Amino acid sequence: MEKKSINRRGFILKTGVGLGVLLGVGVVACGPLRRTIAQKVDEGGVGYKNEYEAYIWFELQQDGSVILHSPKVEMGQGIFTALAQIAAEELEMDFNNIKVVHATTNHGPIDALSTGGSLTVSTLYQPLRELASTMREMIKVNAAKLMGVPANTLTVKNGEVIGANAKLSFAEIATKSTDWHLKIENLVLKSKKDFTLIGKPIPRIDLVPKVKGETLYGIDSTFPDMLFGSVARPPVFGAVFKSAEAGNATNMPGVVKVIIEDSFAGVVAKSRVQAEDAKKALKINWIMPDKLVQQADVEALVKVGVGKDVIIQKEGNTAILKNEDTFTKEYYSPLGAHAHIEPNGSVAFYQDGKVVVKMSTQVAKITRDDVAKALKIDAENVDIQSQYLGGGFGRRLQTSHAIEAALMSKSVGKPVHVFFERTEEFQNGVLRPPTHNILKAKLDANGTIEALEHHTASADVAFNSAILANIFKPLSSSIAESLVGADFGAWRGGMIQYKNIKNYSTTAYHKELPFQTSWWRGLGLLANTFAIESFMDELAHHSKQDPLAFRLKHLPDDERGRSIKNVLKAACEKAGWGKSLPEGRAMGLACSIDVNTPVAQVAEVEIKNGQIKVKKVTCAIDPGIIINPDGVKAQTEGAIIMGLSATLFEEVTVKDGLATPNAFGYYPMAYLRDAPEIDVVLLSSGDNPRGVGEPPIGPIGAAIANAVFNLTGKRLNRIPLQSHIS
Amino acid sequence: MRIDFTINGIPKTVDVPENMPLLWVVRDVLNMKGTKFGCGQAACGACTVHIDGDAIRSCSFAAQYAQSKHITTIEGLSSGEKLHPVQQAWIEEIVPQCGYCQPGFMMSVANLLDKIPNPTDEEIDDNITNICRCGTYYRMRKAIHRAAEIKSSQL
Repeated sequence: MEKKSINRRGFILKTGVGLGVLLGVGVVACGPLRRTIAQKVDEGGVGYKNEYEAYIWFELQQDGSVILHSPKVEMGQGIFTALAQIAAEELEMDFNNIKVVHATTNHGPIDALSTGGSLTVSTLYQPLRELASTMREMIKVNAAKLMGVPANTLTVKNGEVIGANAKLSFAEIATKSTDWHLKIENLVLKSKKDFTLIGKPIPRIDLVPKVKGETLYGIDSTFPDMLFGSVARPPVFGAVFKSAEAGNATNMPGVVKVIIEDSFAGVVAKSRVQAEDAKKALKINWIMPDKLVQQADVEALVKVGVGKDVIIQKEGNTAILKNEDTFTKEYYSPLGAHAHIEPNGSVAFYQDGKVVVKMSTQVAKITRDDVAKALKIDAENVDIQSQYLGGGFGRRLQTSHAIEAALMSKSVGKPVHVFFERTEEFQNGVLRPPTHNILKAKLDANGTIEALEHHTASADVAFNSAILANIFKPLSSSIAESLVGADFGAWRGGMIQYKNIKNYSTTAYHKELPFQTSWWRGLGLLANTFAIESFMDELAHHSKQDPLAFRLKHLPDDERGRSIKNVLKAACEKAGWGKSLPEGRAMGLACSIDVNTPVAQVAEVEIKNGQIKVKKVTCAIDPGIIINPDGVKAQTEGAIIMGLSATLFEEVTVKDGLATPNAFGYYPMAYLRDAPEIDVVLLSSGDNPRGVGEPPIGPIGAAIANAVFNLTGKRLNRIPLQSHIS
Repeated sequence: MRIDFTINGIPKTVDVPENMPLLWVVRDVLNMKGTKFGCGQAACGACTVHIDGDAIRSCSFAAQYAQSKHITTIEGLSSGEKLHPVQQAWIEEIVPQCGYCQPGFMMSVANLLDKIPNPTDEEIDDNITNICRCGTYYRMRKAIHRAAEIKSSQL
């Protein structure tokens, strides 16, 4: 036998981290229920339902090394490293002997939903420790049999099982043991004080291959004799494929076959260039929209007061804000792009009623089910083999190209590789929705907020996506939408956390746009925090109070409130909040809490030749137990720079049904020259890890805008700030 | 069209359409996947290779112009087992996250250090104009300065 495989199906299902809070609700949607759901989502009480279809988590190799099949994908967030640390900790083995691979849908545990929501480490921490601990005990039991001593006389350390008179390495145990169907009971997990790997800044496990250029991403995947497909995609928003004729494409150089399916037309050729050239010769009959979408349409649709509105948070009575002396401000953010550097692509090979697809995806299982449906085959005949992702950011939650590749492969009987051109990523991908926020407040004579209202408007984030339907299984998407009422992705970060205010409410408005908008790192977190935290700053300045003290006095003294106060104080202390700065510099402060991880940031800015320059960002974050401090810092730095890029520069507008711009170079993003110095302060409260990937993107927009106000006295209420500075 | 060139020191002959971007020759014909496609318009730098000692964005370089040229890709940046100073610095500073753009950055930086051995921050800003979407820029700047140190210490 080449290697030992261990099937722990029953065990894994038992320890799954599913939370059934939303299921069984089954009653008519009403205000209080929606608010309960909204509050639970905001406070992380409703984890997205993780179900693992478990086959193999670990493989113990004959050389004593262990392969961990990860149900979640590695898109840069460092989870392979964190998961390896968690597993090796309980396995009591050398970290360098554990290898992490992506589980495929036919081999290994697959997350039923997605990799996203900053949930990987927080939801896998406990089950993975239990699994690894079980595995360690199984190794120990087999070692005991080999040594002829009771298992409870043995200890496991550094990849060896040690007894009074003898010791065996994992390699020897793997080689000599035949029966791995062992039942382990009474698991004891390591206590925090005994951790030797968890908490260490171990360099990421994929570091060296990535530096050597050896790591393979979805778009790099191949099969022998692979052909290249190119798909004709709708020329404008709202255009729908009707029919096609091959035209001259069939006779063009390198063309293997012109493919005309029910939902699309394309060409398969011997090279990518030939496929692209031939695609242009196809005669496509599009059903065009009655009217081409314009930017003014987008702005009119996403507006407070327009569309379905749901009160997601309500405390006391805000009627007082109807008076004329109410302090009211508005904030806006535009359409944005994911701009992941690896375009979406996949290669599929259909043979004898089965198909294998290699690709970058955040939703392997949903993709598997979609491909099976499109090919009219059983899901078990589809194997989605996730590869490393060249960025995710939410863009890999829509994976129609897997269906295109699979259908084309079936049609030509050979493997076919399909990918999105960069212009197609802008025009035919999905965009981050625009937002509009209105905040109203009234201060009492002591400068305390008496009442506060937040109104937040957005297009689809969670709505209209396959994920929503999967979260709310067995409910249909439309029933799920009416049940929750408001798009919880859109209002993420939109809840008022300043709960010392006696009267407050948040209302979410939702309207679909005539093109697809969806998940983007942090969802509504950046835009909503930009609005709330800019507003808090405006109120503080309006009433001549220090923005830090003003925030602290409105935060409650419960656990959540204290956790936000702690990061605020830590960030301000490290940044030297209030100290005198060189001429032409100013600081701005903001905070947020997302997936229970509080974050505070102080941005230090200057303005040079009309350009906002962020010189330094000091960030305090409390993600609970920290598996890898360097990984948390890296994610924090990355979220700050991505958020800075969106805050200062990025904007897509719509003209005549086209996303504009639709190319790198024209779509303005942060370059190396725009990146500030970043100082991350790590706090660690509580006994479990919380999310890290998205929370630190929250405060950055407001922190920069607040700093610009402190520097110039000018309040920028529209993202991207750089477009509105002059 | 038949085109001869050397890549990472090895002579190669390919027969490809003359307008095929060099990137696709490297990736699809020679099956070397370290050089990445990002935008196809020479705007992001993910496809950067060295051609006769210059950093070139290979997505916008037609194969026909590669005739008789000496091309280096990320796979050939280091000689033998020892990593290039830029790669060593990238490891010391733990720069990559998703890693997809990093080969292009490392090729650009290696070429910058060939031309300006000890670049100032301003020279880095002016010359390194690739795009990283994970936001590794802060570490990258530290790694570029570190690479300059390692390289000069090896002279």
